[in-house]
Amino acid sequence: MDTPAATPASRTFNVPATASAADGAQTLIEIDSFDFYYGAKQALFDINLRLADKRVTAFIGPSGCGKSTLLRCLNRMNDLIDGTSVKRGNVKIRGIDIYGRDVDSIELRKRVGMVFQKSNPFPKSIYENITYGLRIQGVKSKARLDEVVEKSLRGAALWDEVKDRLHESGLGLSGGQQQRLCIARTIAVEPEVILMDEPCSALDPIATAKVEELIHELKKQFTIIIVTHSMQQAARCSDQTAFFYMGKLVEFGETRDIFMNPKNPQTEAYVSGRFG
Amino acid sequence: MEKSTFWVFRLATYLILIAGFSVFGDIVVKGSATVFGAFKTTSTFPYFTNTFLTEAPESLYVFEHKGEKREMGDREYRAFREKETAAALAAGQPAPQFKADSYVYSAGGIWPCIVGTVLLVVGSMTIALLLGVSSAIFLSEYARDGAFVRFVRLAILNLAGVPSIVFGLFGFGMFVIYFDWNVSLLAGWFTLAFMVLPVVITASEEALKAVPKGFREGSLALGATKWQTIRSNVLPYALPGILTSSILGIARVAGETAPIMFTAAYVVRDKLPWDVEKISDFFFQGVMALPYHIYVVSSKIPQNEYTARVQYGTAFVFLGIVALIAASSIVLRNKLRGRYKW
Repeated sequence: MDTPAATPASRTFNVPATASAADGAQTLIEIDSFDFYYGAKQALFDINLRLADKRVTAFIGPSGCGKSTLLRCLNRMNDLIDGTSVKRGNVKIRGIDIYGRDVDSIELRKRVGMVFQKSNPFPKSIYENITYGLRIQGVKSKARLDEVVEKSLRGAALWDEVKDRLHESGLGLSGGQQQRLCIARTIAVEPEVILMDEPCSALDPIATAKVEELIHELKKQFTIIIVTHSMQQAARCSDQTAFFYMGKLVEFGETRDIFMNPKNPQTEAYVSGRFG
Repeated sequence: MEKSTFWVFRLATYLILIAGFSVFGDIVVKGSATVFGAFKTTSTFPYFTNTFLTEAPESLYVFEHKGEKREMGDREYRAFREKETAAALAAGQPAPQFKADSYVYSAGGIWPCIVGTVLLVVGSMTIALLLGVSSAIFLSEYARDGAFVRFVRLAILNLAGVPSIVFGLFGFGMFVIYFDWNVSLLAGWFTLAFMVLPVVITASEEALKAVPKGFREGSLALGATKWQTIRSNVLPYALPGILTSSILGIARVAGETAPIMFTAAYVVRDKLPWDVEKISDFFFQGVMALPYHIYVVSSKIPQNEYTARVQYGTAFVFLGIVALIAASSIVLRNKLRGRYKW
């Protein structure tokens, strides 16, 4: 079978996927006919997506399909890249258009946290890493900071491993611990949404398993969107999955449906490992 | 053929080694004789002093007294003359005649020059770092690549190629005459600062660029503003690199004679810089400086057997001070580096 892109039939099969959120869960993020450009190059085409509150959504797709770009649009990290622009459509979180004129991207990022592909603890102590977000918001109370450090580290399942060396450099931790430190740092500012951009791609299987376990715990409190290259990971830890291809949303639905019973032949080809 | 090429390169390297050693050796041997020969005991704590390091330059008087050849500094000579005269008068003898040859700047020390050089270095490096780091932050963190930034970079590159004497003339025209600051510390600071600015900017930019993007993104993703990110998560990590560049700057600022000879340096000045009536006067006074003093004692006064002492002594102290400032910057840099490693 050819790759889907090569067959004209599949090109016509662009599902205008205004996919709906799962039953019972409240919609938190609404993305409507969203077009995004890097300079003159269009990276996202007409994305329509409804993401539910307190659920884990996985973005999957081959490299360059726009999944990370969309993720970075959700907390406006793309603003930092010269020449990017939203030409059409909007993204609403709790009904507020985050690209609206009166929205402060700094405030937005306090509510929509992000964990990066390459773990990036600051070259400061573990304690300072966790309290960084609060300190820049002006929190000075030692008692409050201590409390948040413990709570966040427990939340990231790291407390027992590091409680005796809170004042040592975060860079002294192992790769998996560093990534969980970054997660702890993110939840310390109590965002509503946590974006994860391939958080396990640089980790070994054991560290990956720990992060995935953590994602299960975190979804009780946070809405999580995870970009992943690993289909097994998407299948294991997400409730819903969105499949992207060439900057378009091809299919969105319950994870089980996407993997067991995809409606779109492109999705089927991808999840069964025939391309990508 | 292979072998001879190898030997050519090898000899060239040896030649450099020889040149370096002979320059350093000459200054160290002759200069240290001046400096260490100037230790004197005193009656008060700490019971010794070094006249070369702590006194101002004086004229040297050479004369014959009671068939003995004596060499004395200005103040010492006058005190001696008065004492001898008084002693002779008390004994009812005629006042003794003193017939002395004087040699300017050949006695005393170079304390005002040390002070002046340190002040010039500290002030101009402060200005250069403030301006240079600010503009490096602007160029590498805020400015978008475009015609303006390219123009600024071109300007900085051009500034780096300007000979130091031109900076001196610029400072003279701009600060001394147009701003009417006269020959002053302030004029010298700005002239020297402008001279090292390209070094500081270029190196600061490199240091800022060497900070991984992940630290910036991680900070911004936690809701930090751009300035908060730079201040607490970029600049601290770039500081060791910035300091490394400023070490080079220090050596240049301390060593250049041309930029200060029209703007800040006095041939001789009796008062020390903190000996001022108003605080504002401090900034508008000229100072003596080591490189300019070397220039003066080597080419502005008649050369004789007494001048070499001060020339070599000054050069030796000068090298020592530059080494000291550079060493402390290196220590500071290594300390910072140990704190922020990634």
